[in-house]
Amino acid sequence: MANTQPPIDYIERTRSQYAALRYEPYAWVHEPEPPPFTPIKKPLSDSRIALICSGGIYRQSQIAFHYKDDTSFRIIDTRAPKRELRVTHFAYDLTDARQDINVVYPAETLRDLEQLAVIGELAPRAYTFMGGIYSSRKVRSQLAPAIVDRLVKDEVDVAILVPV
Amino acid sequence: MSCALSITQAVNPPRAVFLDYPLGHTAGKPNDKSNQRRIMIDAIRALESIQAPGTIATLNNQWASDHSWKDMVMRPRANTERKSQHEDDRVERYPDPQYQTEEDARLADPACPTCVFLDDSE
Repeated sequence: MANTQPPIDYIERTRSQYAALRYEPYAWVHEPEPPPFTPIKKPLSDSRIALICSGGIYRQSQIAFHYKDDTSFRIIDTRAPKRELRVTHFAYDLTDARQDINVVYPAETLRDLEQLAVIGELAPRAYTFMGGIYSSRKVRSQLAPAIVDRLVKDEVDVAILVPV
Repeated sequence: MSCALSITQAVNPPRAVFLDYPLGHTAGKPNDKSNQRRIMIDAIRALESIQAPGTIATLNNQWASDHSWKDMVMRPRANTERKSQHEDDRVERYPDPQYQTEEDARLADPACPTCVFLDDSE
């Protein structure tokens, strides 16, 4: 049996790192209440799936993200060629994402699953943002509702969030 | 989808799958289509089958047989020149757009119709 280690506890590691640097503890979002839950009404093979990614993905000719609480988002055509996609972020190692953007922006993977009829359709517009935002209030009151509004207009059945 | 279990537990989304891979690999290994497809299919199956709100299903995938990558992540390095001082080796929080290439900076459309900037007023 392979020797396994438990998953990294990033909350604990951040606590240790900040304490070692003598910073105030990071204020994580904790949601103790059960989340809102919409049952799946139809098979995914009949559904339009939207992709939302927080790894700092942008397309060439778009303005790139900055690293100081950037609450903006980008609308990316999910048929855009891979060679036009870029990634920029401060909180993770970008090496593999820059080799193959599918690891943080799996549009190509979802297009393949559409071809294989695992999903009905990949929604034409993906929404991407920076993710490294310290104000959870701004995410809750501005960014998240703006994206939800777009998803409703796009008439999607399901949204998959791919964070980093 | 998530590679950070304790963070996802704290956020408590309606449904999630946890993949025990390094950050920056939420949807799989680079240039490995069969790995990426497997992960996405498993995520979709979880989406269809999860009944209890807040469930996080763990995917089977293992990044490598050697787990030492987990020891290296986010460990502050002791600066041996100054006692009890640790380096902040995190990336600086630049306030201007950080382009992947210089060409991107030149080609960026200042009007950018597909960029949405929200009102940042407090």
